Amino acid sequence: MSEHPANLNIPASPSSPAESAAGSLPSMLDQPALAPQRSPLSGEEHPATCPLSIHDMTVAYHRKPVLWGIDYNAPPGKLIAIVGPNGAGKSTLIKAVLNLVPKISGEAMFFGEPYRRQRGRVGYVPQRSSVDWDFPVNALDVVTMGLYRQIGWFRPVTKKWRQRAMRALVRVGMQDFARRQISQLSGGQQQRVFLARALTQDADFYLMDEPFAGVDAATERAIVDVLRDLRSSGRTAMVVHHDLQTVPEYFDEVLLLNLRLIASGPVSEVFTPENLRATYGGKLALLDQVGHRMTMSGEKG
Amino acid sequence: MTARQQFTRRTIVCVAAILLSVPAGTPATAAESDSGTLLRVLTLQDYNTRVVLSGTLLLGVTAGLVGTFTLLRRQALVGDVVSHAALPGVAVAFLAGELTAPGSGRSLGWLLMGAALSGTLAVIAISLLRRFTPIRPDAALAAVLGVFFGLGTALFKTVQELPSGNQAGLQTMILGSAATMTAGDVRLIATAAVVTLLVTLFLFKELSILCFDEQTAAAQGWPVLLLDLCLTGLVVAVTVIGLQSVGILMVALLITPPSAARFWTDRLSRMAVLAIVIGGCSAVAGCLVSATVPKLAGGPTIVLAGSLCFGVSLLFGTERGLLLKWLRQRRNTNRIGRDDLIRAMFEIVESRIAQVDEPSAKNLSAIAVQTDELLGKRHWSRQRLLGLIARAERDAMIRMDSDSGWRFTRDGARIARDTVRNHRLWELYLITHAHIPPSHVDRDADFSEHGLDPQAVEELEQLLAQKAASGVPPSPHPVESGELPVGSRE
Repeated sequence: MSEHPANLNIPASPSSPAESAAGSLPSMLDQPALAPQRSPLSGEEHPATCPLSIHDMTVAYHRKPVLWGIDYNAPPGKLIAIVGPNGAGKSTLIKAVLNLVPKISGEAMFFGEPYRRQRGRVGYVPQRSSVDWDFPVNALDVVTMGLYRQIGWFRPVTKKWRQRAMRALVRVGMQDFARRQISQLSGGQQQRVFLARALTQDADFYLMDEPFAGVDAATERAIVDVLRDLRSSGRTAMVVHHDLQTVPEYFDEVLLLNLRLIASGPVSEVFTPENLRATYGGKLALLDQVGHRMTMSGEKG
Repeated sequence: MTARQQFTRRTIVCVAAILLSVPAGTPATAAESDSGTLLRVLTLQDYNTRVVLSGTLLLGVTAGLVGTFTLLRRQALVGDVVSHAALPGVAVAFLAGELTAPGSGRSLGWLLMGAALSGTLAVIAISLLRRFTPIRPDAALAAVLGVFFGLGTALFKTVQELPSGNQAGLQTMILGSAATMTAGDVRLIATAAVVTLLVTLFLFKELSILCFDEQTAAAQGWPVLLLDLCLTGLVVAVTVIGLQSVGILMVALLITPPSAARFWTDRLSRMAVLAIVIGGCSAVAGCLVSATVPKLAGGPTIVLAGSLCFGVSLLFGTERGLLLKWLRQRRNTNRIGRDDLIRAMFEIVESRIAQVDEPSAKNLSAIAVQTDELLGKRHWSRQRLLGLIARAERDAMIRMDSDSGWRFTRDGARIARDTVRNHRLWELYLITHAHIPPSHVDRDADFSEHGLDPQAVEELEQLLAQKAASGVPPSPHPVESGELPVGSRE
């Protein structure tokens, strides 16, 4: 929260300042003269400045498609919300790009390279419900697990690593709970422990699966602070988010998802009632209110 | 606090270790006639006893460590399937050995190889069933176990009918018999156990992340499938090398020690150490008992020793033992009862004082409340109320004076004020912040501890602080008048 970006061990990716290249990409695609829009030149499709570029990705469980033909380039240095109804494939999107579930077709590149070559620069915060919180470890142990890959095969966890994990716990305001068994933490505190585990990696790009689900107010603030902290040091975060009301407040960009990509872009342009209705199928009357409020605040601003 | 906890924990561990040695001591009466043997066994004078014991000890230690991860990976039953599925392998290995060179089928190494092979086949069958059929995992385990064990018993019958098979001693593979092990057998088993132990120790960190959070392990780039195979391989190895001394119940030695250890600790490293200690102790204790009591099979004795440890841990475990749970529950019930009582009493006193003065600690304890008034205040039985009153009196929170009414003591008044204040802040909080689900707020927590920041508490206090003099805000909802029918039951 109060941690200054200068305290971070690794400065934001050295290869990223080529913003002009990223800026030129959309304009290039706009030109109809370049007949095949999806040029075979992979360098353009998956620029190194783009934290995540997904190209024509389809995912299916058994025979039922869960995600269909996703194309998306994540803008660097932004906070991006992934929004969509239950079963829209939000978590699957994250798992598929991380190769945790198989893709039927398409590809996902991180900073222009496949995931296996950029693991160190990508942090992952899974859903809280994905693990057994009765596991015999304390908060600090869980956070230290974020460093296991850096520690390497067969090497024991030394004090040096635990101190690094402790620093991550401080960032989410959980230092007082370091020695507490994880089942004795509240839901929000567990979520902060998960966030801290990903922060130990000091990644340039974070993927978070519903970090705001079922958390207390203090945790919500702590997570938002961390996200803003990340952004101010030039990092990017893509967050599965359920609460439509807070999307404009917390995020810069939004990705509307329902089996396919409905729309993506800056919140002010894309987070419209029409797009939301297209995403949620107009089932929710509440949506109209939210959308209405959105347009009102948009007009004001 | 933590130092004291650690101390108690260690003391209790020591007690458990002593209890462990009980099974080793009990046969003293049973085998009195043969006290010479007993003494020799217990003092480890026999070379043979020493060899067998050290082999079994290593086995118990390894099983405890590997079992810790198997348990945490929720694969406790895989070991069971492996030990049952080892039988057809043993029988086939024996038959094949006898066919090629009569007499060679009885070599332990050869038999264990067969056991490992069919055990592995069973594990592969399970994962194939899980992957390619809609069968649920437990059904897959049961199906594979049934097929392999059925095959195994059928083959064993065949083997026994062979002229050379009758005396082959394959029966020990079912019940286990440490005493029949030769020094060569022990050397083989010990080597395998040490290798298994070392592999598990080296993979400690890797296996723990696999067991806790497979997805994150995969995202970090750990070869999850390979690690999983490793763990299964370790289970197969431990089960197979345990066949000779423990037999088909090997799964008990694999799972019982870590399950018992879990009752004493919440840390993986300590759980592993404890599981190793318990596993080693049960193996040795069981082995000694079966060595001193004639005709007592080794395997079941080892398993029973482990079960004894489990029972003791289940009852007295310092982290999640039943006794501890019961004590906590009782303390909690008592506290809720006490809070109910003093709140009811406070509200009665408060309503009387309000007409006269402000409820300071002094005049809070000036007013006497009748038992029947309290009875009408809530839906509690007279019996329960009297119990609560007795307890509160014992804790010097309330006292009875000559006018046969209950009054707060000075301390009681203070505690009552704090309790009521906290309760009312909570109620107000839940009313004003109703959009926050109450399940996300810890009722027991002090306001400032977590869930709410000091600013919010201050805000709430201001909201409530109309009657600031006593520090106790008025209840945000109408307080029940206390005129419920007397004697109403819960």
